[in-house]
Amino acid sequence: MKYKQGKYPIISKIALAKEIYDFTIYCPEIAGIAEAGQFVNIKADGFTLRRPISIAGISVERGTLRLIFEVRGKGTKALSILNLGDTLDILAPLGKGFNLAYDTAMIVSGGIGAPPMLPLAEKFGVNGTVISGFRGASSVILQDEFKKTGAETILCTEDGSMGRKGLVSDALREALAAQKPDIIYACGAKAMLKAIAEISREYDIKCQISMEERMGCGVGACLVCACRAVKNGAEYYAHVCKDGPVFYGEEVVFDE
Amino acid sequence: MSSSINTPKAQLSVEFAGVKFKNPIVAASGAFGYGREYEEFFPLSILGGIAVKGTSIESRDGNKPPRIAETASGMLNSVGLQNPGINSFIENELPFLKQKNTVVIANIAGKTAEEYREVAQRLDATSVDMVELNISCPNVKAGGIAFGVTCEGAAEITKIVRSSSKKPLMVKLSPNVTNIADIAKAVESEGADAVSLINTLLGMRIDIKTARPILKNNVGGLSGPAVFPVALRMVWQVAGAVKIPVCGIGGISSWEDTVEMMMAGAKIVQIGTALFSNPNIPAEIIEGLEKYAHDNGLGHLQDIAGAVKPW
Repeated sequence: MKYKQGKYPIISKIALAKEIYDFTIYCPEIAGIAEAGQFVNIKADGFTLRRPISIAGISVERGTLRLIFEVRGKGTKALSILNLGDTLDILAPLGKGFNLAYDTAMIVSGGIGAPPMLPLAEKFGVNGTVISGFRGASSVILQDEFKKTGAETILCTEDGSMGRKGLVSDALREALAAQKPDIIYACGAKAMLKAIAEISREYDIKCQISMEERMGCGVGACLVCACRAVKNGAEYYAHVCKDGPVFYGEEVVFDE
Repeated sequence: MSSSINTPKAQLSVEFAGVKFKNPIVAASGAFGYGREYEEFFPLSILGGIAVKGTSIESRDGNKPPRIAETASGMLNSVGLQNPGINSFIENELPFLKQKNTVVIANIAGKTAEEYREVAQRLDATSVDMVELNISCPNVKAGGIAFGVTCEGAAEITKIVRSSSKKPLMVKLSPNVTNIADIAKAVESEGADAVSLINTLLGMRIDIKTARPILKNNVGGLSGPAVFPVALRMVWQVAGAVKIPVCGIGGISSWEDTVEMMMAGAKIVQIGTALFSNPNIPAEIIEGLEKYAHDNGLGHLQDIAGAVKPW
């Protein structure tokens, strides 16, 4: 069976920033098969729909997954109040992850798009450049961990309260002027992903982006998480849960 | 109830509209695609049947996202009948499904009577076990809802499909009507072999930060535990009004719900939204029904169909 579903214990919980939580889950059977860029679908008690959360860390040796999420609504709120020893009902690993068959990378994220980039930064190490953007200093997360990977890190905030002031897309252009990587990876808001996909086309560099959409089943059956995509010149609705969440930049149609 | 270890397994099988189901649990149209995804959780052969994703004459793109929103004890969807079209279904999906040793129910939708006729005709030459006529999709005008909300419309489309198909014909009814029992009687009189109900209830949610409806389609179909009591009531009313068998649909998420639905008069049921909370739910419900039948000394689970004793 490709997917696992079960109740797995929370073995660590850290509040990373306001309304952003960092859970480590003991789930060896999932950790053993999960890939960077995939996601899990979590059942919150009392809710009909599971909440998709991207995978921020995979440790096969420890049998753990790391899940970092922001409280967005009632469902994620209910998850955020769980504690050590509680279990999470997880369906995983889901979706297509990142293609890691490249040697050098620029890894770009906005806000809560940063966590799924951690496994990428770990993979590329000194051959990676991590560019992460946040609204302001109070929402900055994971910078020390990105640094520890050996990657070059560039921090941007919209209000300039930490790192450089401005958008990740501008920082990416500057970094590209200095060197061209084999691949650009990106995760964040749709407007940001659109800008990154355009830049990658301009510089003729491959780009993989992680998309987000409201989901139902999480496995590709219910067809709700539609994402406008193009294949062989024809537009169609792909589905984020199964065809994604990671797509090549040129596959996604941003302006419907 | 006393039960010995040697008591044989209760009989869950049922003949419904001339089709033999090994148990009354059918995967609901729209929630289950063409079955491939859920084969990762359980063998499809455990199911009584599979009602496939609503399929139309041509492929359909579906609505713009977002297409889903959580609601109290349920959800709204507005997929808009995204499907690859009937020819693709027959070529690419049906051969796969037919190997699975379960009843295959083709759910069909259309914009015009002519489209329904054509889809039904194409299916007639296939190995599909049964046709479910969708005249109740609330999300697209092309989903037949125009036919499903009046007795005349429902009768007309049933008559047309009936005359072009020899397959057992089940008509899926909309709850967005004044009197669902009248619609059921109308389709019965035009030769429907069964009815299934309910499709989703038309609903809406608004994001108060943006004043925008959460669904890009503005409105969508409500499903999940929230609609179960409505579905149960309608199944009870329809079962009392028609002679053809009833397939109960709407918010079923446990074996207990299934028993209730059967007591209200359903011979088989469909499970949809509950799959999203728990993809293994069909297997759990089937197990629960076996135990229930065994514990209550029922030789045949069907003994409870319509067994409700109204006050």
